[in-house]
Amino acid sequence: MAKNSEIKLIGTAASPFVNRVQFVLHLKSIEYEFIDENLASKSELLLKSNPVYKKVPVLLHANKPPIPESLIIIEYLDEIYPDIHPILPSDPLVRADNRFWANFIDNKFFPLFEELRRTPEKEGKEAIKKQLIEGSKLLEEAFVKFSNGKAYFGGDDVGYLDVVLGCFLGWTKFVEKHNEFKIIDEVRTPKLLEWTKRIWSHEALKDAIPRNETLMDFYMMLQINRPPRKATSS
Amino acid sequence: MAIAQTQNITTCRSNGGGSEVVLLDFWPSMFGMRVRIALAEKGIEYEYKEQDLANKSPLLLEMNPIHKKIPVLIHNGKPINESCIIVQYIDETWNDKSPLMPSDPYVRAQARFWADYVDKKVYETSKKIWTLKGEEQEKAKKEFIEILKVMEGQIGEKPYFMGESFGYADIALVTFYSWFYTFETLGNFSIEKECPKLIAWAKRCMQRESVSKTLPDSKKIYDFFIEMKTKLDL
Repeated sequence: MAKNSEIKLIGTAASPFVNRVQFVLHLKSIEYEFIDENLASKSELLLKSNPVYKKVPVLLHANKPPIPESLIIIEYLDEIYPDIHPILPSDPLVRADNRFWANFIDNKFFPLFEELRRTPEKEGKEAIKKQLIEGSKLLEEAFVKFSNGKAYFGGDDVGYLDVVLGCFLGWTKFVEKHNEFKIIDEVRTPKLLEWTKRIWSHEALKDAIPRNETLMDFYMMLQINRPPRKATSS
Repeated sequence: MAIAQTQNITTCRSNGGGSEVVLLDFWPSMFGMRVRIALAEKGIEYEYKEQDLANKSPLLLEMNPIHKKIPVLIHNGKPINESCIIVQYIDETWNDKSPLMPSDPYVRAQARFWADYVDKKVYETSKKIWTLKGEEQEKAKKEFIEILKVMEGQIGEKPYFMGESFGYADIALVTFYSWFYTFETLGNFSIEKECPKLIAWAKRCMQRESVSKTLPDSKKIYDFFIEMKTKLDL
């Protein structure tokens, strides 16, 4: 059911942080206008809307000043549309636990992807791959705890961590293929693997998942604008 | 390392053998101070357990196995980690008085943004001031002042970050005020000279008992830092 169309989202299809916001907007059936941003050449609108970080996503709601940072946007949307598909649980302890894992995913797990890309030497790359695998095992344990036998982190239906982690899956598959290793696999992280298949076919996420070509284009842009570090000579 | 205990440890409340609220903390930590301020604002009695970070206790390792860091709030036996997450938990659980978050979802999003900004920018940059020397340190000082000026600009003519009420965003930053003397002495500069309005805001916050009774004396922090520096040969 279409809701108010005063909402605009500045973003780019390849960004998992932007995809998260799209996922939540779709879950809550909120109509919005997507303003496509070229991160290699940032628009005036983006620079004005997020002068502190100059990053996407940024939410523009009616005539209010812009809201950046995906997790902040998600909580905001959840608070202004609390009755349609609530994202965060209501219990303060479970909320704190959800926020903790989102923090882990954003600050400890996902930065490893970029670190992997920028590390030139094989040895360095192997060390990071190990960290990613360790991280995925922690996420498997987290999934088992949160899902409690059900289909999603959120239980019977998609919740906060499904949104937060689910949107990294495109890049996860890309990085796995590119580096010839598995971050999520049937031996170490069987429950997580099952979950990835479920979340990828979810009605509300399907349209927001970027195509592989989109990710490849973005990857090439990063390689040019933020090239891998020079290998240190031994 | 000799750990001095703060004067403001609240008394134990016996509850058939154990406290309902326990805080694992380290007295000079700006992150720990945030939690202490929040607990004081709400008038919550708790047991304070000083941690030896050079020799982490089994309790700390059990309650925060992933990061092994303080502060950790233990409420009815369940741990909550990450200072900003803990402060939000405290606000949501003891929601009958002294709200720490604004009531409007949009203003709440703003408060979250600024607390997140402190986490992303202030600590890392301040660390550079006490670990680097010469030109590198000068660069770090400049960066630090710029970051403080951004926040000074956000506060503007308002008494506090989000307006008339002291809250979440103020709590996130004000704990660094106890470390300003240390940064100034090490970097040979005056924060008050560069950001007079920010210092005025900090002094305003210090008029609240929750803040003045929590923040250790600035000279004590400096002495602690010198002792730590000597021991670790920084």
